[in-house]
Amino acid sequence: MSDNNRLGVFKTYKLYVGGKFPRSESGRVYEVSDSKGQWLANAPQSSRKDARDAVVAARKAFGGWSGATAYNRGQVLYRVAEMLEGRKDQFVREVAASEGLSKSKAAAVVDAAIDRWVWYAGWTDKIGQISGGANPVAGPFFNLSTPEPTGVVAVLAPRKSSFLGLVSVIAPVIATGNTAVVVASADAPLPALSLGEVLATSDVPGGVVNILSGVTAELAAPLAAHQDVNAIDLTGADTALAKELEIAAADNLKRVLRPGPADADGGADGGADFADWTASPGTHRLTAFLETKTVWHPTGALGAAGSSY
Amino acid sequence: MASAFEYAPAPESRAVVDIAPSYGLFIDGEFTEAADGKVFKTVSPSSEEVLSEVARAGAADVDRAVKAARKAFEKWSALPGSERAKYLFRIARIIQERSRELAVLETLDNGKPIKETRDADLPLVAAHFFYYAGWADKLDHAGYGANPRPLGVAGQVIPWNFPLLMLAWKIAPALATGNTVVLKPAETTPLSALFFADICRQAGLPKGVVNILTGYGDAGEALVTHPDVNKVAFTGSTAVGKAIARSVAGTDKKVTLELGGKGANIVFDDAPIDQAVEGIVTGIFFNQGQVCCAGSRLLVQESVRDEVLDALKRRLSTLRLGDPLDKNTDIGAINSAEQLARITALVETGEAEGAERWSAPCELPSSGYWFAPTLFTNVTQAHTVARDEIFGPVLSVLTFRTPDEAVAKANNSQYGLSAGIWTEKGSRILAVANKLRAGVVWANTFNKFDPTSPFGGYKESGYGREGGRHGLEAYLDVR
Repeated sequence: MSDNNRLGVFKTYKLYVGGKFPRSESGRVYEVSDSKGQWLANAPQSSRKDARDAVVAARKAFGGWSGATAYNRGQVLYRVAEMLEGRKDQFVREVAASEGLSKSKAAAVVDAAIDRWVWYAGWTDKIGQISGGANPVAGPFFNLSTPEPTGVVAVLAPRKSSFLGLVSVIAPVIATGNTAVVVASADAPLPALSLGEVLATSDVPGGVVNILSGVTAELAAPLAAHQDVNAIDLTGADTALAKELEIAAADNLKRVLRPGPADADGGADGGADFADWTASPGTHRLTAFLETKTVWHPTGALGAAGSSY
Repeated sequence: MASAFEYAPAPESRAVVDIAPSYGLFIDGEFTEAADGKVFKTVSPSSEEVLSEVARAGAADVDRAVKAARKAFEKWSALPGSERAKYLFRIARIIQERSRELAVLETLDNGKPIKETRDADLPLVAAHFFYYAGWADKLDHAGYGANPRPLGVAGQVIPWNFPLLMLAWKIAPALATGNTVVLKPAETTPLSALFFADICRQAGLPKGVVNILTGYGDAGEALVTHPDVNKVAFTGSTAVGKAIARSVAGTDKKVTLELGGKGANIVFDDAPIDQAVEGIVTGIFFNQGQVCCAGSRLLVQESVRDEVLDALKRRLSTLRLGDPLDKNTDIGAINSAEQLARITALVETGEAEGAERWSAPCELPSSGYWFAPTLFTNVTQAHTVARDEIFGPVLSVLTFRTPDEAVAKANNSQYGLSAGIWTEKGSRILAVANKLRAGVVWANTFNKFDPTSPFGGYKESGYGREGGRHGLEAYLDVR
C-alpha cells in the first residue's frame, strides 16, 4: 500500500496543566481553522474551572521552581530549545498553517523561537546581578538588594504570533522563577498546545507552565480577578479587554504588564499584536515580574585597633 | 512610674520657625489662593492649637498646576543633567541649613517627637536630595538604556506620617530624571511642603518644576486622574492604592504604589534579648507606630516568650510620652482625632475578640490626641489585630516553635512590606530572609532607611521601589 492511500492519524489536542494533558473539564471543543478557513483540528475550549485548576497547579509548582538554582533553571530552559530543535518540522507545519506563512517563513519563525529559549536560558543566572546590588548605605550595615520572582503570572499570549510571540512571553516569566498560566491565542492555539508536549519532555517541572486554549476573555476574567495570581501579562488582550482586566487586577494589586502601544498603521484594537517579535527583546519582560528584596544587617566593628587592611 | 531622678522639661524652642497665619497653593512658582477661595485649618496634634490656615485645592487648581508643570517640563527635561544636579544639590544644602526650623515645624504639624524629626527625618530628607542630585547627570549608567527619557508630569500624593521625608522620596528622583512635579501633601500635615516650596524659590528652581497643592482626597483624586499626568506616585492606604490602580487602568500612566503593611518581627530563642527588645520598640513605637513598615506583629519563639515580654513591658514602662517638642520625649501625639479614633476602634475590636491588652502606665495629656504604647497577647492569626494594619502604637504578640512555622506565620498576610529577624545564627538569618515575602528585611536591626537602599512591597503592599538605583525606574520610560 503506497503512502498516498494511507489514512492519516489526527491528533487530539489537549490542555497542559500541572504536567498532565487533560481535556477541558467542560468537555467542550471548538474548531480551529487555518488562515484559509480549512479545518485543522478541534481544540479544547477551557472553562473558568480549568483556569482555576491551572492556578492551583502553578501555585503548587512555585516553591520548587523559584527555589531551584538559577543555573538549574537555565539548564532546563536550554533543554526546551534542544527538544524543540528535534521537533522543528512539526512546529514549522503548525505555524505555517496557523499563521498562513510559507514553509520557509514559518521555519524562520520557529528558528527564532528556539533561539529565544537559548537567549533566556542564559539570562537566568545573570538577571540577579543586573537588577540587584549592594547598597552603600551611610551606616554600619551590610545591605543587599536581590530580585525575586513575584509568583504566579497569568499570561495572555499574543493573538497573531502563535509561536514566536508565545515563546517570547512565556520564557522570560519562567526564566526568573515565576510559574505561568498561559492563555493561548484563541485563533491559533495549536502551536501552544504542542509546546506543552515539548515542555513536558524538557525537565520543566509539572505546573511551571500551564497552557489553556479557548476564548481569551472568558479565561482572562477569572485569572485577572483571582486572589492567588500575583501578576498578569495583558499582551494578548485588545484595548477594551485590557482595561477591564487591569481594573479587576487592582483588587489584589497584581503586577500588570500592559499590552504595548498600537503600531502606526493603527491596529484598531491596539495591543502588542503588532509588536515585532523578531526584535531584540530587552529585559523589561524579565523585570516586569520581579520583586526587589532588600536585606539589612549590622556589620559591627573590630574596634579601633583593627587594621584597615 | 516615678523614679528618684525625674527629667526636667527640655523643650526645643519654637522661635526658630515663623508660621504665617495663612498660606496659598504653590503653582508655577507663585503662592496663590484656591480658585474657589476655599481654605482649611491645620492643627497641632499635641495641643489642638490652630497653626495656620491653608488654601484647599480643587479640580481647577489641579488643572492649573498640571498645566504649569507641563509647560515647565519642556525646558527642565532639556537641561543637561549636570545642571539639574546643581539645582538638587542647592536644595539639599538649603534643607541642611534650615533643618532645625523644618524639624520644629514638622513636629508642630505632625505631633511626632523632635528627637525623631531632628535626628531621623531631616537628615534623611537632605540625604535623598544629595543622593538623587548625583544621579541626574549619570542616568546613562543607571542600567535603563543609553538615553533614558523622563516621563513628563508626575502627580504625587503623600501621607501624613513622614510629610517631608515622603516629599523627598517623591520629588528628588522625579527632578533628577527630568520630570516636573505636582505634589499633594496630606490635609493634616500641609506646612512642611509649603516651606519646601519656599526652599525651591531660594534655590532658584525654574517656575513650574515643583508645584504644591495642599488639600484633601478630592484634590488627590483629581491629580491622579488628570489626563495630562504621565506618572502617578502614591504612598498611603491600600484601599486608596487599589482605587488608584483602577483609575489608571487603560491609560499609559506609569504608577508606583507604596501601601500598607503588617510587618512580622521574628525573635528566635538565641537572639540577644536586650537588643531584640530595643528593635521591637523601634519597630512598632517609632513615630507612634504610624509607619507602613512597622513591625506590628511580634513573632517570638515560644521558649523565650515570657522573657521577651517581661523585658518588653519593663522597657515600655520607661518610654516618655508627652510634649513632642521636649527633647526627651519618646512617644508624641497621634496625628489626628480621626486616626486616634481608628486606632481606638481597632484596639476595642482586639479586646472584644478576646486578645489580652496591656498598655504602658503613662499619663496622657489632657489636650491633643494620645495613645499609650499598647501590646496584645493571646493573639491568634485570625484576630483582627493580627491581620489589619492599625497604624498606631499597638503591637500584637504571637508565638512560634520552629523556623518553618515562623516563616509561614510571617507570610500569612495580604501585605508584604517589611519583616525583622533576630537571631545570632547567620545561616538562619539568610534562610529565613530568603523565604520571607517582604520587600525589606531587617536582620538584627529594624526601621533603617537610606537613600541608596530601595524600599517597597510585595503583594498588597504595592508595587515599585523608591530609593536607590531602583527608584529611578519609576520616573523613566524604560519600556
